[in-house]
Amino acid sequence: MKIDGKHTISMRVHDRPGVLSRIAQVFARRGFNIDSLVVSAGHQLGFSRMTISCEGDPAQLEQIVKQLEKLVDTVHATEHRSESTVEREMAMVKVTANPENRSEILQIAECFRGKAVDITEESMVVEVTGNSEKIDAFEKLLESFGIIERVRSGKVVIARGAGIT
Amino acid sequence: MTTGADVIIESFRREGVEYVFGLPGGAVMPIFDSILDSKIELILTRHEQGATHMADGYARATGKTGVVLVTSGPGATNTVTGLLTANMDSVPMVVVSGQQITPMLGKDAFQEADIFGITIPVVKHSYLVKDVDDIPRVMKEAFFIASSGRPGPVLVDVPKDVASAECGTTFPEDLDEHLPGYNFPQMCDMESIYACADLLHASKRPLLYVGQGARISGAAELVRELAEKLQAPVTTTLLGKGAFPETHELSVGMLGMHGTAYANKTVVDCDLIMAIGARWDDRITGKLSEFCLAAKKIHLDIDPAEHGKIIKPDVSLVGDAKLVLEELIQHINGLDTREWLKRINGWKNKFPLKYPKRGGLRAQHVLDVLSDLTKGEAIVTTDVGQHQMWCAQFYKTGLDYQWITSGGAGTMGFGMPAAIGAQFGRPDHQVWAVVGDGGFQMTMPELATAATSKLPIKVLIINNAYLGMVRQWQEMFFENRYSGVDLEGNPDFVKLAESFGCKGFRIRRSGDVRRILQQAIDYNDGPCIIDACVEKEGNVFPMIPAGAAVSEMITEKPKIALPKPEGST
Repeated sequence: MKIDGKHTISMRVHDRPGVLSRIAQVFARRGFNIDSLVVSAGHQLGFSRMTISCEGDPAQLEQIVKQLEKLVDTVHATEHRSESTVEREMAMVKVTANPENRSEILQIAECFRGKAVDITEESMVVEVTGNSEKIDAFEKLLESFGIIERVRSGKVVIARGAGIT
Repeated sequence: MTTGADVIIESFRREGVEYVFGLPGGAVMPIFDSILDSKIELILTRHEQGATHMADGYARATGKTGVVLVTSGPGATNTVTGLLTANMDSVPMVVVSGQQITPMLGKDAFQEADIFGITIPVVKHSYLVKDVDDIPRVMKEAFFIASSGRPGPVLVDVPKDVASAECGTTFPEDLDEHLPGYNFPQMCDMESIYACADLLHASKRPLLYVGQGARISGAAELVRELAEKLQAPVTTTLLGKGAFPETHELSVGMLGMHGTAYANKTVVDCDLIMAIGARWDDRITGKLSEFCLAAKKIHLDIDPAEHGKIIKPDVSLVGDAKLVLEELIQHINGLDTREWLKRINGWKNKFPLKYPKRGGLRAQHVLDVLSDLTKGEAIVTTDVGQHQMWCAQFYKTGLDYQWITSGGAGTMGFGMPAAIGAQFGRPDHQVWAVVGDGGFQMTMPELATAATSKLPIKVLIINNAYLGMVRQWQEMFFENRYSGVDLEGNPDFVKLAESFGCKGFRIRRSGDVRRILQQAIDYNDGPCIIDACVEKEGNVFPMIPAGAAVSEMITEKPKIALPKPEGST
């Protein structure tokens, strides 16, 4: 149960101008905060996939999903529970690094199956993929080295099994 | 050469459009040019808002889609109120707006407005057409979406260069592949039908609560059949007036904030309430946490998003009212509701709609006589406010498609242009616009539109020289502190009518009401105005203060000031 008010919605939408504006307005009007929004071309030409992570009153969620469904360009909108989906997010974290602590950072990255994608005299960029909690933990460990900046892709989900997400 | 503009006009022809309401401007000139070569009649309005309300009134009076044609920039933004009005009340409408040429989009060019972006929250769907070859498909989709499922307005924004370009495509045969995300329920599942029948059969005190959805789906006859079979009382929403004859013995009239006392008492005491094409609006439920707590709730609505939005029904029937009721009636046995109906009749006798007979001219009296003279068979449009509520209470609508009012949006200035649209759509019908002096002046110039076409609409102004509903609230909840409600400076409405080439009447005394309304009925050489100078400080009762429970309804002015309402306006 998502008692914390965090939700994941996946959508298949007709790739038409304005579709993103319409979707954003459904959330904004009802006081839902969008934490992340990932849009990519679907495997079928002319359609897009969206994964929306959002936060808000669970009682409102059903109404939001129905309002999303109601949009003419929406093929489907579904709320997902983590147990029935595989979810992934990617992050790139830029930390202060010098030749002395470089190997320590690389060791941590390895534990998280991350890898260095850029190294300079005073910095390093580490890439890591996993569920959002794993990335949170990874970031926390790197904090002591000094995080210069970081970017996260936002969450994507896909349903387990043969069914459509 | 067939241009985009030609295709738009051709789409109107194919969709059976008789009238286009609009006002031209630079960016829409190609389409205004094309319409000259068609048989479609262009109705030039004085303002784009008027055009949208005319299309709306036309749509509600005929069940067909209303069409509006305007230019870019302010021409397009002036349609926003009309789009909101149509969207809130589920009215099929297509608005085509001209737009700056495509290379100039986003460059703040003259009369450029992002009308597509501006209107997203108030339309069912919308388009900005950038390729002329999309026009046939877009126009076909627009009319289909506007009129199907739960109807609503669709905006099509067409840049001038797109309208002028040669179109190389034809109208698609069908739209299935083009609208993969658009579907709407038809018939609900049979389990819900059986569950609904079980609940109805277990009920001792049922109530049918009927809204606009029943009218849209053409289910009025079936509502009557169901009510008679169940011997259940029927209440209608403001927009549902006409879906069940108010002269029927099972009718308890309108419910809600200014509904009849007996309708609201029926709501409080029922053990089952079944919504048919209605959406548990806040005007109806009052304080939601106390609404019909002990009653089973059944919700029949075509829009899945309405189910569970306000209340959680015990049974949801997601489908078209007509199809669902046709099936449901097959599974219904009669109920013994004699005790229940006897109680309701007691309330009808004890708490009838009433108004003070002494003093000056009363709006209720004028509307009571109007209902009588027209036998509830005229088409009546209204604005929003006190006159609207009095009219809803005292005008006994006998038939469907006769009652046209702005419900959800509460748009002042709606009534008169809506009457114009209705009269175009139903030329053989008597059409009355019942308006307040405040709302009338918001779209007053459309009198010229009516006069030009010699439409015999009758505009009854309930003139109390106040913004009356707000004044009533200030009197009741704000200790008589009147703020911004005195309409001093009103014109002489009779002289105003004459200046438009229309006939003007005035009613000052109760004794003149019948005679003058009859004169107005007999006058058919064009529009007329009846200026009814009513008691300035009349109030609408019964009333459920905003945010209060239905059981807290008051039927007359309380002796002490009431606390300021906490609920919605």
